[in-house]
Amino acid sequence: MLIKQASDLRESEVTPRELYLRRREFIGAAGATAAVLATGVLAPGFADAQNPAAQKLTNLKKSPFNTDEKMNSYRDVTTYNNFYEFGLDKGDPARHAHSLKPRPWTIKVEGECAKPGTYNIDDIIKWFPLEERIYRMRCVEAWSMVIPWNGFPLADFVKRMEPTSKAKYVEMRTLVDMRQMPGQTEPALQWPYREGLRMDEALHPLALFAVGLYGEVLPNQNGAPIRLVVPWKYGFKGIKSIVSVKFVEKEPLNTWQQTRADEYGFYANVNPDVDHPRWTQKSERRIGEFFRRKTLPFNGYGDQVASLYAGMDLKRQY
Amino acid sequence: MTHTQIMRRVVKPVAFLVALQPAGWLLYNAFWGDLGVNPVETITNHTGIWCLRFIGITLALTPLRWITGFNPLALFRRMAGLFAFFYGTLHFMTYFVLDHSLQFGGVWEDVVKRPYITAGFTAFVLMIPLAITSTQGWIRRMGGKKWNLLHRLVYLTAAGGALHYFWKVKLDTTSPIYYAAVFGVLLAARLWQAASKRQAASAVAAARVAKA
Repeated sequence: MLIKQASDLRESEVTPRELYLRRREFIGAAGATAAVLATGVLAPGFADAQNPAAQKLTNLKKSPFNTDEKMNSYRDVTTYNNFYEFGLDKGDPARHAHSLKPRPWTIKVEGECAKPGTYNIDDIIKWFPLEERIYRMRCVEAWSMVIPWNGFPLADFVKRMEPTSKAKYVEMRTLVDMRQMPGQTEPALQWPYREGLRMDEALHPLALFAVGLYGEVLPNQNGAPIRLVVPWKYGFKGIKSIVSVKFVEKEPLNTWQQTRADEYGFYANVNPDVDHPRWTQKSERRIGEFFRRKTLPFNGYGDQVASLYAGMDLKRQY
Repeated sequence: MTHTQIMRRVVKPVAFLVALQPAGWLLYNAFWGDLGVNPVETITNHTGIWCLRFIGITLALTPLRWITGFNPLALFRRMAGLFAFFYGTLHFMTYFVLDHSLQFGGVWEDVVKRPYITAGFTAFVLMIPLAITSTQGWIRRMGGKKWNLLHRLVYLTAAGGALHYFWKVKLDTTSPIYYAAVFGVLLAARLWQAASKRQAASAVAAARVAKA
């Protein structure tokens, strides 16, 4: 697969307003019928039961990064995941996330950048064309799925904020609100959930800000209204329901590293050669399959991302 | 029918059927494709937790008999123990077949490298001699004293099982600690009983010495 380096993209190439206007023209001209049709055409294979009440996302760009592996069902993706803000069981997010209010929603951008501020999620989504990204997702617990996300490259968002030369890392935080996130009444983790990426990781074209799933607005339990997806890293790097993005000079302390530093690191790259201290990472169970399959370095995205870590000892910096 | 006959012919078969329910639940839900998004995980967790529960029931029957004075409880000890072994076997086989595709090498690597597997595997293996010698014939052949001594291995199985569970969970250790605490209390009850028996015996001996 040929990968275009993210740094080749100029601001003009990703001018978001243009596309936003084009989309409105399209919808305006063709009307609701065409929009419905387009959903069907642009989202083949999405027939399997989704949320009829969810807002559909149209005009999704196809991505060269899509895997052609069999996708997990909408039910798999939305009823089995970790989101400790709603409880520790993998069924808890689907059961309890109805209390989350993904609108109105703002993201506070701060730190080493030229465009700090508080941005409305509805504006952010209009800045960039939405894409479909079918990615493998590998959980640190040794199970995996194939998920059709919808979103835009994190790189586009980062560049728009014009980070300064001092910005070496991006730190992100999840909402803290016990009434919306009942799991936060328990000190299971130290809230807010925090994650981070090195700047070159954040600028990598594979890193995604997801706002949708299966051609629909992201369900609450999967991290509405906006979440991070970093397919070459373990799933816990994909911080959900993000309210804050901060450009910082020092490596941020992510929540799982803070909780158990011997088991979870900052990088958390999928690596079959570095076992979890308590279980193997050599293999995984793809949800929907009975036998385990081999885990691939960088979750199979090594061709694209291995160069980011040239010269690093990934056994030590796990 | 006498009370004993009722226990043996009615209550025991009913208890047997009740004890099969967790397995029935698995079969029923497997048949309807209702074991959740990750069925292998559901099967593994379900059989594992029921193994631990039956270990707990097995260990609890004797102290419960002391407390209630209801001696027929002893009739259910073997059955409870064998059900612990039954669910433990299902648990191990799920892991052996679906995680390791029947390859002993992979299991052995886990046993050597991963403490939670070491603990769980040890607990399972220790149940095998107990299951084999659970018959009347073996009790006769071994003699009550030796047999009792061997069957104290069940406490190692309990400890191994609890540790296995504790080391496996990602974060929330509430449930494993609860199981470990129950096992601990049941072991303490036995130790306490043994100590008071010894005390009584030495009191009798002391009384004899005093008389003489």
